[in-house]
Amino acid sequence: MIYTLCFYLFAIVTVFSGIMVISSRNPVHSVLYLILAFFNSAGLFVLLGAEFVAMILVIVYVGAVAVLFMFVVMMLDIDYSEMRKGFQKYLPIGALIGLVLLAELVLVGMGWSLQGPVTTDPATAIPALDQMTNTEALGSLIYTKYIFLFQMAGLILLVAMIGAIVLTHRKRPGVKKQNINEQVMRRRGDAYDIVKVKPGQGLG
Amino acid sequence: MADLLVQFFQWAFGVTLAPWLATISGIVVGILAIVLPLLIVVAMSVYMDRKVWAGMQMRRGPNVVGPWGLLQSFADGLKLFLKETIIPASANKFIFLLAPALTFLLALVAWAVIPFDVGVVLADLNVGILYLFAISSLGVYGIILSGWASNSRYAFLGALRCSAQMVSYEVSIGFVLVTVLMTAGSLNLSEIIMAQKDVFWGVNGYWFTPLFPMMIVFFISALAETNRPPFDLPEAEAEIVAGYQVEYSSMAFALFFLGEYANIILMSAMTSILFLGGWLPPVDWAPLYIIPGWIWFFGKIFFVFFVFAWVKATVPRYRYDQLMRLGWKVFLPISLLWVVLTGLFLLLTDKIPA
Repeated sequence: MIYTLCFYLFAIVTVFSGIMVISSRNPVHSVLYLILAFFNSAGLFVLLGAEFVAMILVIVYVGAVAVLFMFVVMMLDIDYSEMRKGFQKYLPIGALIGLVLLAELVLVGMGWSLQGPVTTDPATAIPALDQMTNTEALGSLIYTKYIFLFQMAGLILLVAMIGAIVLTHRKRPGVKKQNINEQVMRRRGDAYDIVKVKPGQGLG
Repeated sequence: MADLLVQFFQWAFGVTLAPWLATISGIVVGILAIVLPLLIVVAMSVYMDRKVWAGMQMRRGPNVVGPWGLLQSFADGLKLFLKETIIPASANKFIFLLAPALTFLLALVAWAVIPFDVGVVLADLNVGILYLFAISSLGVYGIILSGWASNSRYAFLGALRCSAQMVSYEVSIGFVLVTVLMTAGSLNLSEIIMAQKDVFWGVNGYWFTPLFPMMIVFFISALAETNRPPFDLPEAEAEIVAGYQVEYSSMAFALFFLGEYANIILMSAMTSILFLGGWLPPVDWAPLYIIPGWIWFFGKIFFVFFVFAWVKATVPRYRYDQLMRLGWKVFLPISLLWVVLTGLFLLLTDKIPA
């Protein structure tokens, strides 16, 4: 009973906050609703018994990605009425893209057939919770059977990261930078000299 | 806990509790049993903090309210409670009030998975350490939201500094956790503690192993995560007045304050669980086990908290670029290297936990 209640609670809040993400007027509120949606999806994962995925969802998406979203959204200084001006003009093309995506989703969903070990013997694909925690289960699958895909995904992310750095990095001449090593290695003698000044003579 | 409650009601009122009621009230009693002592500990830790700074700076510290000034924190709390809550006219009211509540709530929620003794834990999660990491990474929201909702430049600067700082240091904390997890072979906090029993020459705790440098990295990152000096850039009073707290008064401010200290104690608890052996005595020697585990645990928290106060009393504040350099160019490579070395060591010596 509690399980069903929790499921509907999480599901309804997820869908509601998903709608609010795109419909709220203030972009910071949108990000907050996005975070709420992440949270409730994490709750749904917990209900499925996938506690590892749930925690990783919160750590990665809420703890890091959404913080950066928030960071960017807060820094932006946009006139939102200006942005909404073209809404009527772009509505048809937006609706068209949405429709195409929806059709693709429906087609994928209809053409979906379960194959392989999942259908033949579910127990081999997902070990029971009392035999193996799902962190171990995931690890023993990702790092053995799917190691190639896993490494590829990592490489793609690395390439994306390096690409972003290469694209935005530019050498600016005349920028003053600190050399921390130099600062740390500086000794007393480099900064000043002690001069014995005889009275009545000055430095000369 | 639920069984105990059923027995208690049976004995006291002669009523048999329904199972669902017993479960729920068992959880509620468990929560209260953690939160109420925690709040008192937080109040006393503020007092201890001030006394330690005072001692190190040759002052007396709070010594007026109550014997030896013991009641100072409660007097401060009462003062804040009786003040007026001021909400700036141009603030976003809901988020302005949500932020301190969130900070305080997150600081308390994390304690659900902390094991105080053998089996004395509210929620013995399989992924306890990930839960802790997730909750501590959410702490940034309270600050970033307060900075934005205050609609004030100082507060906003503080919030921006804080979000960049906390995200940076979470990376190295994550890698430190990975080294500990690899060595312990579990994500469950109780099992991590049990894995630290007699690691080397009868000493309990990972601080005695090559993980010691990771403990230092973890501790310094914890300072940055909790915005403690020398990393208290988000509230640097010399540059941006008090950063994100500048518009807050009364209980809203008190919630930030309490949340901050609850987080510091939580980080102390995490350090003692991950590296100092939690509720195990320092050495694996039978007579030491007569002393209950929670006393060892509190002793270790007390010690780490003392080091927190010690650092605050002695170290000057970092500059922001130095802070970022330390996080990304020093701690990240070191902790990443240590993950690889630890993995290699465990593999070569065939010590990988099953």
